[in-house]
Amino acid sequence: MVATFKKDAAVSGHKDGPVSGAREVAQSLAETFEPSGRQAGENRLSPSMEAFAEQAKRLPTDEVIINMGPSHPAMHGTVRVVLRIDGETIKDADVQIGYLHRGFEKECENATYGQIFPYVDRLNYVSPMLNNVGYAMAVEKLLGITERIPERAEYIRVIAGELARVCDHLTCVVAGLAELGGFTAFFYGVRAREHFWELLEDISGARMTHSYCRIGGVAWDLTEDFIPKCREKIAKVRKLIDDTRSLVERNRIFLDRMEGVGALSAEDAVSYGITGPVLRATGVDYDVRKDKPYSVYDHFDFAIPIADGGDNLARYLVRIEEMEQSMQIIEQAMVQIPPGAVIIDDPAIALPAKREVYNSIEGMIAHFKHIMDGLRVPPGEAYSFTEAGNGELGFYIVSDGTGRPFKCRCRPPSFYTTAALRQLIVGANLADVVPIFGGINMIGGECDR
Amino acid sequence: MAESVLTALHERFGDAILETGTYVGDEIAVVARERLVDVLTFLRDDPDMAFAMLTDLTVVDYLHQVPRFEVVYQLYSLTKKHRVRLKVHVDEAPEQCWVPTATGLWHAANWAEREAWDLYGVRFEGHPDMRRILMYDEFVGHPLRKDYPQNARQPLLRRPDAPTTDDQTTRLLEDSHDRRTSG
Repeated sequence: MVATFKKDAAVSGHKDGPVSGAREVAQSLAETFEPSGRQAGENRLSPSMEAFAEQAKRLPTDEVIINMGPSHPAMHGTVRVVLRIDGETIKDADVQIGYLHRGFEKECENATYGQIFPYVDRLNYVSPMLNNVGYAMAVEKLLGITERIPERAEYIRVIAGELARVCDHLTCVVAGLAELGGFTAFFYGVRAREHFWELLEDISGARMTHSYCRIGGVAWDLTEDFIPKCREKIAKVRKLIDDTRSLVERNRIFLDRMEGVGALSAEDAVSYGITGPVLRATGVDYDVRKDKPYSVYDHFDFAIPIADGGDNLARYLVRIEEMEQSMQIIEQAMVQIPPGAVIIDDPAIALPAKREVYNSIEGMIAHFKHIMDGLRVPPGEAYSFTEAGNGELGFYIVSDGTGRPFKCRCRPPSFYTTAALRQLIVGANLADVVPIFGGINMIGGECDR
Repeated sequence: MAESVLTALHERFGDAILETGTYVGDEIAVVARERLVDVLTFLRDDPDMAFAMLTDLTVVDYLHQVPRFEVVYQLYSLTKKHRVRLKVHVDEAPEQCWVPTATGLWHAANWAEREAWDLYGVRFEGHPDMRRILMYDEFVGHPLRKDYPQNARQPLLRRPDAPTTDDQTTRLLEDSHDRRTSG
């Protein structure tokens, strides 16, 4: 379109001289923005603009109710926002979720403890490894075997989990940039994520829904060349993240859309139960990995980035810095990781090795009991919480002593963040809904379960 | 540290704390429904408690037990770094199946209570916006109750006697508009 316009203009200018209508417009624009004979300090509209301002006052100003989503690309296909707008300003909003509700809890109540891993993969489908770890730890807490998990398994969980956290933040950051029109940045970021997905595929065999953790450890050991490959990939990802940042961070449009937009106070964030990067962007340094170090997180030297302001830019900066911190954790873990078993040595909890299942009657019966009845968890209840991509991911499990949970509640960080969306967008411009919604990183699978 | 929470609750509320205990490191207190809001307010505002965050709220359905439901609150203190779990027993009879709302104390209670109502049918008295949240408004029943069959199917049909999501939303937005313009 642009090329055609230039060509036509040049041709018409060459033939008949400049088009008179266009010249008039250009002159009136010049007068509007630089009125001739303007005195210093004088700020007067040109006559044509004054006439327009008069006309604008007579335009109808009724408020309109409009519908955004659920099938709107910026709403990620799973959230509907009904907005009452006055011109461009949002006066009120109603945020409606539930379009991706799949009855996670109901399914869990009818599945064995081991069968739930594929379900938790599909909660936060951007970082399934972290959900795997969170759920496994909840069952282990209920079984009372937290201290008996082999150390190598804990290190593998940390490495895989932090890879997933980087993927989660990358997806959130670069998808947000794409929604603001920065498509090049999106491709750089997705390329970086692809590097880590390849690593996760090496570990688990699947790119996204890994189901790699087991109660008592992880399914199998790392591949032989994992550590050198991981070092190489981290260097590549660092470079790509730097490239992405250099594309946007000095961009006027990016800064205007992010800075001061969607600001949230620390008090409100805490009251809404918001955790994770969105809370840390308001200046509260709550991170489960530091507050109550689980697994082997107390073996690593890392920082919890916080930012002031609680706006879109603060969320972006916190996520960018957290990715660097996560990669530093992975690097330390790769140096410290001890050799040894990757799953607990307890036939009541761990599945027998395939070699035994196929070659001995005891192994086959143990396998059959595990798959058909599930592992027995003593009656009781536990609430276990870990730091997932979006904040505190909790599992509240009630057991009645059978192989299936009586109740398996997931405390979804996205749900509580999305609850604050109404407050964030009321008073903002209609176009600001897109970056704000991108910045809180609502993940439908987790929010709606 | 957290045992001091249970001790403080016993000292201050006496008979209203029906039961306390610890399981796998979690501190648990069962509270009488009549004093629930007082207990929650104390836990949030007392400087030694400082439970600024309502982490989670859910319901457990113990079918065939009396009382049938248990509403569960998970609280966390960012400054004291301690946690406590409060429980309230609720009977299944429709007129008894309610607890007072905590929306006045934490913003988080708003959606969490809507979800508990939606999936378990426990009412939260005084909640400003008691609509379904995950299921659609035309849905009949409460799917996470133990007597709701797992394989039940409910096609989305518009019923003449039930308001639809669109009606409710439009009314809600217009109500708040009226309040704003009249006030």
